[in-house]
Amino acid sequence: MRYRVGQQVRVAPRPHDGHHRTPGYIKGKIGRVERSHASFTNPETRAYGSDGLPEQPLYLVVFAYGDVWREDAGHASDRIYVDVFEHWLEETA
Amino acid sequence: MEHAVHDRGGWPTDERIDRSEHELADWELLTDAIVGALGESGTMNVDELRRGIESMPPAEYERASYYERWLFSVETVLTEKGVLAHGEVDRRLAG
Repeated sequence: MRYRVGQQVRVAPRPHDGHHRTPGYIKGKIGRVERSHASFTNPETRAYGSDGLPEQPLYLVVFAYGDVWREDAGHASDRIYVDVFEHWLEETA
Repeated sequence: MEHAVHDRGGWPTDERIDRSEHELADWELLTDAIVGALGESGTMNVDELRRGIESMPPAEYERASYYERWLFSVETVLTEKGVLAHGEVDRRLAG
């Protein structure tokens, strides 16, 4: 696992035409690694009939509400948790 | 960034989210069972199911219900794999 719990990460803003499990609303957003899940077969290749190997590390990434959505009253302390594969994450300087 | 039709988070809307549930019709239960059986037999996996749904023409995606999207995907993927012949389902329904 390339990233450690607590590390700040950015979700890659790159477009991707094929099937992938990274929702558009977190692309380019900065969060923090909450948990390292494990490695899993890759849905991006499994979606086209492959066995999905090699397995890819998956993380639970947490985002502050206001870093993802426009800040509305009452959401300041809310958090958004998303499972993100390692190859969608980047270091933040 | 341009989002595909299924990638809904953050799309602006003034409509309220419809949270109502409905009793599943027989065809919906059967569709769920077919997808389960296809997965168990190693014929088609959940990622292929999702990719097939995402390949729907946007207008058709918007019109379709949840399990109609599953059926579209099953037919698409099984036709790709040669399990179904092109137009086979339509021919059987017509016959």
